[in-house]
Amino acid sequence: MVKPLKRILIGGLLLFLYLPIIVLALYSFNASEYLGRWEGFSLKWYGALFSNAEIAEALYYTLGVALLATIIATAIGVLASIGLFYSKAKIKKHVMTANYLPIVNPDLITGISLMMFFVFFRARFGFSTMLLAHIIFDVAYVIVVVMPKMMQIDFAQVEAAMDLGANQWVIIGRVILPQIKQGVLAGALLAFTMSIDDFVISFFTAGNRATNLSIAIYSMARRGIKPYVNALATLMFVGIILLIFFINRINDSKKDNENGRLIG
Amino acid sequence: MKKFDGIVYFYGIWVAVLVVLPLLILVLLSFTSGDIYDLSSLTLTLDNYKAALDPSYIGVMMHSLWLAFITNVICLVIGYPVAYIITGLNPRIRNTMVLLILAPMWSNFLLRTYSWMLVLGNNGPINSVLESIGLGTVQLMYNNFGVILGMVYNFLPFMILPIYLSLTRIDNALVEAARDLGATSKDVFFKVKLPLSMPGVFSGTTLVFLPAITTFVISRLLGGGQYVLIGNLIEHKFMVQNDWQVGAAIAVIVAIILLVVLGVLRKLARGRLELSLW
Repeated sequence: MVKPLKRILIGGLLLFLYLPIIVLALYSFNASEYLGRWEGFSLKWYGALFSNAEIAEALYYTLGVALLATIIATAIGVLASIGLFYSKAKIKKHVMTANYLPIVNPDLITGISLMMFFVFFRARFGFSTMLLAHIIFDVAYVIVVVMPKMMQIDFAQVEAAMDLGANQWVIIGRVILPQIKQGVLAGALLAFTMSIDDFVISFFTAGNRATNLSIAIYSMARRGIKPYVNALATLMFVGIILLIFFINRINDSKKDNENGRLIG
Repeated sequence: MKKFDGIVYFYGIWVAVLVVLPLLILVLLSFTSGDIYDLSSLTLTLDNYKAALDPSYIGVMMHSLWLAFITNVICLVIGYPVAYIITGLNPRIRNTMVLLILAPMWSNFLLRTYSWMLVLGNNGPINSVLESIGLGTVQLMYNNFGVILGMVYNFLPFMILPIYLSLTRIDNALVEAARDLGATSKDVFFKVKLPLSMPGVFSGTTLVFLPAITTFVISRLLGGGQYVLIGNLIEHKFMVQNDWQVGAAIAVIVAIILLVVLGVLRKLARGRLELSLW
């Protein structure tokens, strides 16, 4: 392909991907309440955002669920990856197939099936049902990221530890984990961003008592656009992008392999 | 290894109860009538499927399939050349490009979709420009255009990444061998690179088509209130009408269609279908 054409295509793609983010950021600094009119630079929507109790509560649900789900799902996912990696091929195959279900299944189907599941067991909808739902899909992603890293483990070290009488927790903590650290970090980061990103599964599993940011934005967007949502969106975009570039920097300086870097 | 058997049992039960059982409950429920809060009142029936196959619902289904198909074609037409160009860049720029393409995906899905409401709106930047050059405002959302654009925006990286990964995996020795045997650049592309990157195309198609067919957020925000896709219909049955059993039946029908699509793509990809970007 000719060079200018390549440039135009890549440039066009980046413009397409970042245009809405740029527009959002610009509007968040607009003094006017109306979209079409620019009335000068202002930080008042950021002020309105920080004094909005509804948003503060939604932020608490989003970050609380994302942090807890990431920690729990990473622990379960890493242990499961280690166990499955050393288990019989047949068991590994079946469990891995089931593990792919939450990843391949459209969110909508996962969401309504979990909602039915919670109704079936008479669970009280709220923070805990939303948290459990997030842990369920996060674990699946953690396993998909960590499992390939298990291949890099020097099995002689595991055998040596066993010969010297180490129990499974010592083997995991002292021999395996140090060798798959990068994968664990990548898995945790993916779980965190998946939680922050999610709307559909939260929507069906949160009930009326818990409203995270996605759910709040959904109901606000249906009622009409509020300028402080632009401020919120800008902060979230900037926060996530900084987080990713920061983690990527760490990975870069550690000269990790390319796959690890792709994730963050 | 015996030492880790306990963990495997734990995770096996975890998956069975928290992943497989909810799906089974959904399927079972679609065959029942009665009050789902009172299990003894439930009776087996096929009525939900009769209701789900109502002609107007089939129309909605066809429209959803059509929009998902168009979205997929657009993603492929943009995504393949982009993936191909990125593969040819030097490794350092290449990684940055991949990161730039993925970064918006790591924010929040709802914010990404919401942001297009601002861009496409009657007071948005595009219409302001059109207005100022005397072309007047154009309805850019609350129609098919808005919905397809929202879907392409949200799902395009899922097309680019698998194609990019399959292109980077092509053994350069094959390309060199083809060149040595006198192949032109065109031959190398059509006879070596394109066939070897097809698994990426099929993986990308899976990753775009599945979420596109079931979305209800994009159609709600960029399609407007009366705009209905199959995802909106299911959501409405569950969250508004409380008609869970018919909703479950529609969901099962959608899942069967998706399984068929997945099966065909898997066959085409000859077992090299990757169902996750990660």
